[in-house]
Formats: sequence, structure tokens, C-alpha cells
Amino acid sequence: MNHSAREEQWAAWMCAAMAGDTLAYDRFLKAVTPYLRSIARRRCDQFGAPPSEVEDVVQDVLLAIHLKRGTWDISRPVGPWLSTIVRNKLIDSLRRRGRPVSVPIEDVMETLVADHHDDGADRVDVDRMLEGLRDPQREIVRSISLGGAGIRETAEKLKMTEGAVRVALHRALKGLATLYRSDRLENG
Amino acid sequence: MKTDDLIHLLAKDARVRVRFDYIFLIALAIGVTISAVLLLSTLGIRANMAEAIETPRVIFKLGLTLLLAIVSTRLALRVGKPGASLRSATLALVLPLAVLIVGIATELLVVPPGAWRTSLGGQFPSFCLFFVPTLSIAPLAALLYSVRQGAPEHPGLAGAATGLAAGGIAASIYAWHCPDDSPLFLATWYLIGIGMVTAAGFLLGRRVLRW
Repeated sequence: MNHSAREEQWAAWMCAAMAGDTLAYDRFLKAVTPYLRSIARRRCDQFGAPPSEVEDVVQDVLLAIHLKRGTWDISRPVGPWLSTIVRNKLIDSLRRRGRPVSVPIEDVMETLVADHHDDGADRVDVDRMLEGLRDPQREIVRSISLGGAGIRETAEKLKMTEGAVRVALHRALKGLATLYRSDRLENG
Repeated sequence: MKTDDLIHLLAKDARVRVRFDYIFLIALAIGVTISAVLLLSTLGIRANMAEAIETPRVIFKLGLTLLLAIVSTRLALRVGKPGASLRSATLALVLPLAVLIVGIATELLVVPPGAWRTSLGGQFPSFCLFFVPTLSIAPLAALLYSVRQGAPEHPGLAGAATGLAAGGIAASIYAWHCPDDSPLFLATWYLIGIGMVTAAGFLLGRRVLRW
């Protein structure tokens, strides 16, 4: 798939995702992640950060994409938007480790190959991350991400409405983004 | 946490409830309303506004401050959106500046040199210096909050743009009370007031607009 076709596909998925299509969003995130990983790996190599940090940076960037996706204009191409978010978060992420860097914008997304290799590293310990969340957010995250349950199952299990689960999940993701940042500060 | 688990989690929260544009517009409406009510409930609109609004200088003052408010607010909206080009929005700032320069030139031609000083000093410069920043507090707070929900690339510059917008809004509201109509007064005291708010926006932005 060439560059612009790929971008159009991503834009279509993102557009459907913003309207509530979870499947399209899952596809979008899974399609973008290998590229994020490739950029993150290259940057970590360049600045001597241990490879175990790559997956952390990827997750940090994914959370940023998620929380800021409301700033994307569906009438505009998704590429420049995504590149800006990634670049900004990458700089922020590396700076937290005391590595002031600049990342040229043309470096991001356009020139990169996808890196599908996930070495399975999860340096940020799940239990420790979850400790930072309160109930019912913690239970919801546990149920959906580790248990693989959907919104409805989770709602039934926790005796909540689906709407309440959705709201709590959104808050939990905001909370996770904050936790990632503070975790960095402690380790940096 | 494994990346795939995180993706699974994010996908379940796919729907965007409120877009950034919408948050920004709501914040704008709240900020403008609070400041307008603040002006009406304290100073009020100048007593002779009905006649004054027909004089060229008052039209100029109201028009120019409104123009500044509009172009700077447009810029503030765009700085919150990654990948959006800032070029046209930044260039548009030249527009109120050009109008101001024309206004100053006209004033200097029309008013005899001996009266320049009085035009510039006006009657209530200290009111202007107090009320422009005061009336900008609500718009600045509201707009900063909304831009924080966005993804500004440069926190300081985004804060300054937000401050400029808040200052422009405050000026366009205060202009309805202000009895000093000379473009020279506008170019001096209004500009100082707006400059203060812009600087405050820059300093606040560096702190609160990181993400």
C-alpha cells in the first residue's frame, strides 16, 4: 500500500472510530503502532535509552493520540496531525529522561518502515499502574484489558450501567496518561 | 501492561464525545459573557453611546478592537490543533495592525500637533490599564482551559496567542465604556493592557499547556 492510500485508510478508520466504531479504532491503533515502535526504537537507540523503554514510549504516544484525537479535523489529512502528536510526545518522553532532543518533522511517519516486533516488554508493571487508579476505574481496566471483556460484560459484572462504565473508562485512561508521566519523572 | 492490552482498552473508548472546536467555542462564549456582564454591572456602557457611536473615531475604536479580538481568537483556536497551518491565522494579525496605523496617520493629519499630547493622554488611561487586564481574566482562564484540552505544540507561544485573544476580547468589551476615542490613546494604553495579558498568557501557557 502506498503512502497516501495508507493515510486515507487510517483517516477512514479514525473517522469511524470517533463516531464510536470500536473495531475501526482497534484497526487504526494496530496499524499505527508498528510505525510508532519503529520511531521509538530508533530514537531510544540514538540516545542510549535502554530498549526496554521503547514499549513505554509507544504506550505513552498511544495514550496521547487517544486523549487528543478530538483535535483532528476529519476534513483534513490525518498524517500531519499524527506526525505532530507523535513528534511532540516523543520529544517530551525523551526529555523526561534527561535527553533534550529535537526530532525533525519529516522524520516522523513518512520515511519509516513498520516494526512489528514487540519484544513483550512491559516495564511499567500492571499492578503498580492499577494501584494508581481508584475503583471502579481499576476494576474496569482490569476487566477490559486483562480479562478481555467488553463494555457490556464489564457493566454486568460490576452492576453498573454501560454509560457509567464508558465514562469511568475514559477517566481511567486520562489517569493512566498522568501515571505514565509521573512514573517517568520518578525513574528519570 | 502489554501494548496490545492497552490498544484493546483504548479501542473500547473509541467515541469522541466533544470535539476540541466545540470545547473552544463554549469556553469562548463563557469568557465573553462573564466579561460583558462584569462591564455592564460595574462601569456600564458610556452614557452618550447612542450619539457617540455615529462618530468615526468611536466606530474606529469599536471596529478595530473587535477585529483584533476575532483574528487573535482564530489564531488561539488553531494553535490548539496539531498539524493545522498557523500561517494565514498569524498573517491575519497584520490586518488590525495596518488598520491601527492608518488610524494613527489620519489622527495626526486631522488633529493639530499641539493637541497630540492631549489625544494620547486621554482622560482615563489608568482605567484602561486596569480594566483591559481585569476583563480579560475570565476569557483567559476559559480559553486556557480549552486549549489545554487541545494539543498545542509550543506551550509558551500557545499561551501568548491565548493571552492576545483574551486581551483583544477584553479591549473590545471595554471599548463600549471607554470615553477616550483617539487612535493615539488606543495605540498606547489599550496596547499596553493587551500586552500585559499576552505576557501573562505566555507565562501561564508554559506551565499549564504542556501535555
